[in-house]
Amino acid sequence: MTNAEDKTKKAGKSAVGIFFEEVSRSSLVIPVLAIFSGLLLGGVIVGLSSENVYTMWAVSPIQAIGNGLKAAWESYVTLFSGSFGSPAKMIAAIQGGDGLAIRRAFNPLFESLVKSTPYIFGGLAVALGFRSGLFNIGVEGQIFMGGIFSVWVGYTFIGLPAIIHLPLAFLAGALGGALWGFVPGLLKAKTGGHEVINTIMMNYIAFRLTDWLLREPMKRPGSTNPISPIIEDSARLPQFFQDPIRFHLGFFVALAVAALVYWFLFKTKWGFDLRTVGANPRAARYAGMNIVKSTIVAMSLSGALAGMAGANELLGVNHHLSQTFSPGYGFDSIALALLGRNHPLGVVLSALLFGTLRNGAMRMQAAAGIPIDIISVMQALILAFIAAPAIVRTIYRLKEPKKAEAGVHVRGWGGS
Amino acid sequence: MTPILELDGITKRFPGVLANDRISLSLEEGEIHALLGENGAGKTTLMNILYGLYHPDEGTIRIRGEVTHIRSSSDAIRAGIGMVHQHFMLIPVFTVTENVMLGDETTKFGGILDRESTASRIREISSTYKLEVDPDARVSALPVGVQQRVEIIKLLYREASILIFDEPTSVLTPQEADQLFGIMRSLAESGKSIIFITHKLREVLDVADRITVIRQGQVIGTTTPQDANMGKLASMMVGRDVVLEIEKAKARPAEVTLRVKNLKVLSDRNALAVNGVSFELSGGEVLGVAGVQGNGQTELVEALTGLRHPVDGRIELLGTDVTHATPRQITELGTAHIPEDRQRDGLVLSYPVTDNLVLNTYYLKPFAERAVLQREAILDHATELVVAFDIRAPSPLVDVSTLSGGNQQKVIVARELSRPIKLLVAAQPTRGLDVGSIEYIHSRVIEKRDEGVAVLLVSTELDEIMQLSDRIAVMYRGQIVDIVAIGDATKERIGLLMAGVHPGDTGA
Repeated sequence: MTNAEDKTKKAGKSAVGIFFEEVSRSSLVIPVLAIFSGLLLGGVIVGLSSENVYTMWAVSPIQAIGNGLKAAWESYVTLFSGSFGSPAKMIAAIQGGDGLAIRRAFNPLFESLVKSTPYIFGGLAVALGFRSGLFNIGVEGQIFMGGIFSVWVGYTFIGLPAIIHLPLAFLAGALGGALWGFVPGLLKAKTGGHEVINTIMMNYIAFRLTDWLLREPMKRPGSTNPISPIIEDSARLPQFFQDPIRFHLGFFVALAVAALVYWFLFKTKWGFDLRTVGANPRAARYAGMNIVKSTIVAMSLSGALAGMAGANELLGVNHHLSQTFSPGYGFDSIALALLGRNHPLGVVLSALLFGTLRNGAMRMQAAAGIPIDIISVMQALILAFIAAPAIVRTIYRLKEPKKAEAGVHVRGWGGS
Repeated sequence: MTPILELDGITKRFPGVLANDRISLSLEEGEIHALLGENGAGKTTLMNILYGLYHPDEGTIRIRGEVTHIRSSSDAIRAGIGMVHQHFMLIPVFTVTENVMLGDETTKFGGILDRESTASRIREISSTYKLEVDPDARVSALPVGVQQRVEIIKLLYREASILIFDEPTSVLTPQEADQLFGIMRSLAESGKSIIFITHKLREVLDVADRITVIRQGQVIGTTTPQDANMGKLASMMVGRDVVLEIEKAKARPAEVTLRVKNLKVLSDRNALAVNGVSFELSGGEVLGVAGVQGNGQTELVEALTGLRHPVDGRIELLGTDVTHATPRQITELGTAHIPEDRQRDGLVLSYPVTDNLVLNTYYLKPFAERAVLQREAILDHATELVVAFDIRAPSPLVDVSTLSGGNQQKVIVARELSRPIKLLVAAQPTRGLDVGSIEYIHSRVIEKRDEGVAVLLVSTELDEIMQLSDRIAVMYRGQIVDIVAIGDATKERIGLLMAGVHPGDTGA
């Protein structure tokens, strides 16, 4: 029967097809061009902020511009060799055969992955919220809660085998984050209290709670600094190489969690619930979905993912809690979730970009004396371009995407 | 005499679609020229070309005999073309005067808004064309029909001589529509030329001087109301013979399916929108709920489907008390609901047709097995329904937002009627749809009735109520004024009831 054949063909296409559609529909052109434009404009700013340009200006403007270009070029070279490592050094090290030298040469590459890992978790947290119609600005606070819970489990239980201790500590982190997401979720669902306001407030509570815990109950005995005790070895995410490479299991956990989030959102009925509530709450109610439940579940899950970011950092990299273990992963995550179009795959890719830039920037600061803030400026520029695709379209003379003839589906974040 | 507007061989292609295929059309001065066609026939594209929003691939536009290139809506306005959009472009918190002067403000002393001179021009226009409106009224406080007059005044204020009305009656009550036709005639008598876009046959015959029928981007023919009748126009529009009067057997009501007792429901503004409504509805009959929009029909439907909690009274479905049941419980008892606002309530526009077709059954077998969505089953289901319900979509995987209004409604109808149901609550099931879709949906509703389903049909279109119902309940100010058997119902009687006049009261 040709009809049946036709059907199976279509069904086969749909399995891969739906995934592909999800990605391709969002059109990669704009994000790629936005990144490109951000890097370009970042270079201009590096040039403009370079002193050489101004000292030279009086002598020869052309020379000054040359200096500016040179400064921009140099900083990008250090940025990228900082994030990927220098090929020359890698080859030399391999030829030399010295283990430590090889590890040093390859360290920048692995360090970029280490830096990307918390971004993956954080980005997934924000993306899951957005897909469910919720704007979770509380990721940063949830990261801290995840850190507190996981570290406490990490140093309190002694003598547990790693196979139990590590998952326990990691899941405790997820639980801590989930708790911090649950509260604003409950407030939103039951009272209509806006999650944007409440998650910001929850952030402050988390930060101050961390301060207090590190001064009193969780303070490391004998230390004058506000830091927690070091976690047991059995709670650590195993690292794959010796020093100085810090690359650890967390990266693969993050990838697995991203796949899980994708499966949950797009393949299960629960994900269907959340996405429908996010896309059109009125239709969701009409279809018999429980919006109260969906809102609470979505915020808790989002918080759990954020909590994993905290657990990952502390169990994999820092091994103790401090007030500064997150340089704003949670806030950057909002940006990168948008860059990744709230799709788990997109989130992984943009997390890799952010991690790489962050890592390179640190090295750039050390090597070329360019302040690390330039990376924040660049990230801001990239996001501005993403947020205003019209600018990118105008610059690159792209065609307007086909206008949906029926009602355009527009919905502000959070509100309804 | 040269026509004021001539379209000659206008062709517009969109990727994969020939939206306008060599369309030629002429508009005489002082004429009402109706452009009749189903949704998606290309009327709107043509008007968007005329209004400068699209550029034709081929063809010319001549205004008063001169070839004119219209590149933007400001070009169109300069050429004297004005459009009354289907959805009004008014700012609700502004007054009529402020809305009219918006974008073309008159000022005095180099920058102070001169509301007075605009207001007096509005009064002038009002009296010339019998467009009664208070220039100082806030737009949000005006009824829809009056808001539309403000739109017309905006055009006249800008001295438009060619007026395009895009489906102007879709938001009006029958009375308001009649008033609008009066206005259109007086505009034409004073020399304005009007293009009247619609898919409603009766209106065309009532008001137009000439009628051009468009189908699939082509002009099928031009005729006059004298030479045409409803049947002829409908078949020109649809391309085949159309059954305008649905044939149905006498209803054979079975046992009571839905029993509503003294129901009271609050509106969003906490007013008593439904005030003590009681009725019984049996399997195998259609109970039509007639009434002017906003007399509690919306709240009644929402209460019956679990979307709004009644404050008092009782709803019994098949003997079960569902007064405080959730939408899902009510759905699972065998209720289908075609919601009034299909895009807001009935569909997720960003979802493909497939997902919209399982919007309220996605969690059941075979669409989900142990919480995992079964994409193949969902797609098979959609493929089947797309054929069975004649949903015109390039593929079931396209977003439902890309479908025409009629096909979007068919998606909802397919989803709701393909389940085993006992009660069908249909609110405005054919609002804004074309003849073909209306005919189709009507026949499906009657089919369900004949299968023994109890049908509650809520509609503001009296024609629709009269055609489909076995009994008619008329709602006025939250109450059912009377329930009339179809045999005793006349348009006049129902119309009076809709206005709250009970026949028994007429003497008083």
